This record gives sequence, C-alpha cells and structure tokens, in this order.
Amino acid sequence: MTGAAGHPPVRERASVLERSRIGAYRSVTLVAPAIARSVQPGQFVEVAVGGEGAFLLRRPFSVHLADRGSAGTIVLAFEVLGAGTRALAAARPHDRLDVIGPLGTSFTVPAERTPCVLVGGGYGAAPLFLLAERLHARRCRVDVVLGAATAGRLFKAMEARRVSTSLAVTTDDGSAGTRGVVTDVLPRLLARSGTPALFACGPMPMLAAVSRVAAEAGVACEVAVEERMACGTGVCFTCVVPLHAEGAGGVPRTARRAAAAAPGGIRMARSCTEGPVLDGRAIAWDRLGHPDASRSEPAEELAP
Amino acid sequence: MSPGAAAGGPPRPDLSVELAGVRLPNPVLAASGCFGFGRELTSFVTLDQIGAIVTKSVSLEPRLGLPTPRMAETPGGMLNAIGLQNPGVEAYRARELPPLAEAGARVVASIFGETAAEFAEVAGRLAGEPAVRLLEVNLSCPNVEERGQVFATSPERAAAVVAAVKARAGQPVLAKLTADVTDVTAVARAVVDAGADGLVCVNTLLGMAVDVRRRRPRLAAVTGGLSGPAIRPVALRCAWQVAGALPGVPVVGCGGILTAEDAAEFLLVGAVAVQVGTGNFVNPRATADVAAGLLELLAEDGLGSVAELTAGFEGG
Repeated sequence: MTGAAGHPPVRERASVLERSRIGAYRSVTLVAPAIARSVQPGQFVEVAVGGEGAFLLRRPFSVHLADRGSAGTIVLAFEVLGAGTRALAAARPHDRLDVIGPLGTSFTVPAERTPCVLVGGGYGAAPLFLLAERLHARRCRVDVVLGAATAGRLFKAMEARRVSTSLAVTTDDGSAGTRGVVTDVLPRLLARSGTPALFACGPMPMLAAVSRVAAEAGVACEVAVEERMACGTGVCFTCVVPLHAEGAGGVPRTARRAAAAAPGGIRMARSCTEGPVLDGRAIAWDRLGHPDASRSEPAEELAP
Repeated sequence: MSPGAAAGGPPRPDLSVELAGVRLPNPVLAASGCFGFGRELTSFVTLDQIGAIVTKSVSLEPRLGLPTPRMAETPGGMLNAIGLQNPGVEAYRARELPPLAEAGARVVASIFGETAAEFAEVAGRLAGEPAVRLLEVNLSCPNVEERGQVFATSPERAAAVVAAVKARAGQPVLAKLTADVTDVTAVARAVVDAGADGLVCVNTLLGMAVDVRRRRPRLAAVTGGLSGPAIRPVALRCAWQVAGALPGVPVVGCGGILTAEDAAEFLLVGAVAVQVGTGNFVNPRATADVAAGLLELLAEDGLGSVAELTAGFEGG
C-alpha cells in the first residue's frame, strides 16, 4: 500500500544554499532541482559527505522539505552524531555536494480529502513536514503528534502547529506537552479523528508501538523505518527489515513475495528499495535485530 | 565509436579481455554481493556495458541471512555480515537471470553451499543456463561438516569444493580466495589442481568493530567482512603473489577498487581483470567509470590494449 518510487533516482551535484540550526538539530538547504521536482514524502537521498577521506560511504537523509519552484531546493534535517553529520553541518553556502535521490518508497497521499494522523519522534519527524504540505494541498485534516525525550529535542513544534489542524506534544520528562510517549495520547486521538490513515516516522521502538496502537484501532499505518545502510540503492542488503512473508491485513501475496518466502514465514526486505515507508502491519517487529541500535544516521557512531 | 573510427585520430584502445575462455568487452566486473542481482542500478549504469556482473551468491535453498545491524563503517572501508541472504538457486533462475539475459548482461553466477555436495548441486542446476557465462565459487562460507571452518582457509577443503563443482559445472569455474591465510598461493595451487579455471583475489577480510559507548560489537554477528580501500594493499599483494606463483592461470583482482588507477594496479601485477565491490555503494556508476578511466589511461600513454599496459610493469 505504500507508494512506489515514481521517478528513477538521479545523481546531482547539489550546491549548498544555506544551513541553520533547528533547536538540537541542524538543517542544510540544497539546490537540487531534479530531486526537488520528483521527491515524494518519506523518500530519502544519499549524500557523499566525506569526499576522498576516511569516511567512504554516503549518508542517508530523509527529505524534510522540497520546493519545486524556481531554484528547486530540498532541505535535509539531521542531528550531528559523528564525522559524516559533522561534515554536513559544516557545509558552507556554494559548496557542492554529490547527492543521489530520490530513493525508496513514499507515504501514500490519499486521493480524496481524508483526515490523517501524523506521528513523529525526535528529528524523525522531519519527513512528515513534506507530507503535511502535500496533505494540505489535498485539503485533508492533519492531526500531528510529536514526541521526544525532552522539550529541547522536539523537532520544529512551532512550525508543526502551522502545518497541522491540531498538534499534540509528548515528552518523556514532561518538559513540554503531555508527560509520556506518543502512544499515550494516540488512541484517543485516533478515536476522535476517525482517521483511516496514520503515518509515522521516528525511532524503531516508537514505530513498533505506533503500529500496535494502529492495529488495535483498525487504522492503516505507514511507517518510515530506520536501519543501517551502506548503499541506499538496493545492492548491499545491509538495511533489511523482517516482514511477514504472507503480507498482513489482507495484503495479497504476490508471486514475487511468495518466491522470496523463507521458513518461519519471514522474509528480509531491503528498507532502501521496498522501504523506507512500509505497511506497519507487515513488519515482524518481534524479529528486528537490535531495535535500539538502528539509527537514521546509520553509518555513524554516536558522538563522544 | 569503433576502433579507429575517429577520422585521423589514433585508434581507440581495445579494452576487451579473455577471462577463462570467455570474451569480455572490458576487464571491469561488478563484484558479488555489491551489485545485487544486477537490476537495482539500471538507473545509473547500462548492464551490457559492464565487463561482467557477478551476482549475489546463491545456495540451494533460500536463506534469510543474519539480523541487523549488518553493517559498520570503518576507516577507509566497511564491515558487513549479511549472512548470505539469497532467494535460492531456483528463484534465481526463474526471477533474476531472465532480466539480466534480456539486458544483454554477461553474468557470472556466484554460488555457495554448506557442503561440497551442495556447491556441486547448485552448479548442476545452473549448468544449462546460457545466461551464465562463468561460475564463481564463494569459498568464504562456513563448512557445516567441519565445525563451521571456512572452506577458503584450507587447501584441502577448498580443493574438494572446486573438484565437486567442476564435476557438475557447465561453465568455466573461478574460485574466490581469502587473504585470511598464511600462504594464499598454497590454496590457489590446490584449487587450480582441482580444476579451477581462474582465481579471484580476494574476498573480504574478517574483521570486527566495537561500539564503546554501548559496550558491544557493532555488528549483530560480532565479526564481518572488511571491504573497501582499507584492504586494497592486502588484496593487491595476494593478486601479485598468486599471479606470480601460477603463471598462465587467469587472476581477477578484487579489493577496494574505486578508480581506474586502482584497477590498473591490479592489472599491472598480473590480474587479467578486476572486480569493483564496495565502490558501487559510493558511486553506482563505479564499474562504468573505472572502465572509462582505463580507456583514458591507455589512450594517454598511446597504448592499444590492456596487455600493452601490463607488459610495461617493472618489478614483477
């Protein structure tokens, strides 16, 4: 049910337009007209940040915003976690970056005017802003839930209010909004909004919990997953997510899926090509490797 | 443009090579496990222009592979522990080979098994596939009959696999060696004596990385294969040793090749072809770019072929 990648990815020499701080996070705006034109909410790009140095691999970043207008810009939002994100945070205007995208699947923007619930954790909420814009264009009602450990780690809560019909905030320590986690407020919101569709992005344990709540409420749920990734293009097989081989929730079993099925009713899907946006019900959450070890900055160590 | 087509210009160098009896338009192959099953990168590179595509290793039955994290970046390279995830040889034949054949790709099928007999059975299933030009035997997998010892680290185990594969194979057989041995030439000699038609030097090196803050290995499988430029000097040394020890046996260099210069290093020490692996993760056009770069490198020096370049190597 997740949107397939509509446009083939391209490689662009993107120039840095500006960089800024967003609370605990950073953002970089790139002039990348081909990607800006075709990117769909939830898709990501792979950025070469280390040049010829010790850090060889590209870094995946979800696209926070895209402007198809004159220059054709995309905005990447991220947290500085290691050498790669440090290098990107230090990029200066007019610097050129080698970017590949758009990659992966996207959130399914409903064809009709439909109420939607968006749930984001930390800076994982970044791609939901592009989604909210597209939903607004369809005149959908957009209820947003943002969660984080503390008020300082919420991602753009003020702006979220502007792009949403309603906004609920949760923090682990109660420093902003409701004390607790997103799933504490979600069931009541789902009941109130009567939404048929929930979209979530954030840490894997949060996505697992949100998918569970959605399933209990009988609401379709698309999640953008995070897993360590080397290539982003489907060739390395490092970023896999276990899926129920039969599909779930009435998703028909295609010949391709049947052929890839393996003992245990599980198959490993590449989150870069079959994801990152996946049907939350299709993921075998109990079969994930180390959920807390998968980060959206997959190639990076934690900063000291 | 065909050779000599440019009016008045010097003839365009000929990049074609023969690998174990198979003619390839250029000596740059995509390495196994680094190019999926070939279709993933068609937005970036034209498959029939790649020397050959070594597809991801297949076994008799489908395999799920290992849990994540399967990857950790390290200086100048990366560790991976995929666990040989693959759809099995029959799904490979039904689903992966036809589009490759249709695209005109030259396919090298990488095969593995838990026993020599399983290797042979996979080779037998592929024997009648015209799309498969060569087999590559992935010896860097554990032998369940010998406490999980990797075939590639023992001349006897490696030779037993190659002999079994040769008995069933319908195509020439390349054996992919590991550098994780004291004497790579001993394994090379053993597999050639068992019938290998060519050698690939080398597979990833076994490595490890620890997440100090979490106090645990960075890979779910603890250890994994190290690839990328970090291993290039080791791979080059192996290729040089093996080519020197076994003259006349085609050697394919593999390990951290990102550019034409890197590829030329392997060709100069005696490799007839090279494989680009991790480079595809960084640059999805790496195979085509390396081949184009080799062409330029030859043209700059007024050389007509790869053989003319390698003939000039001093210190072999």
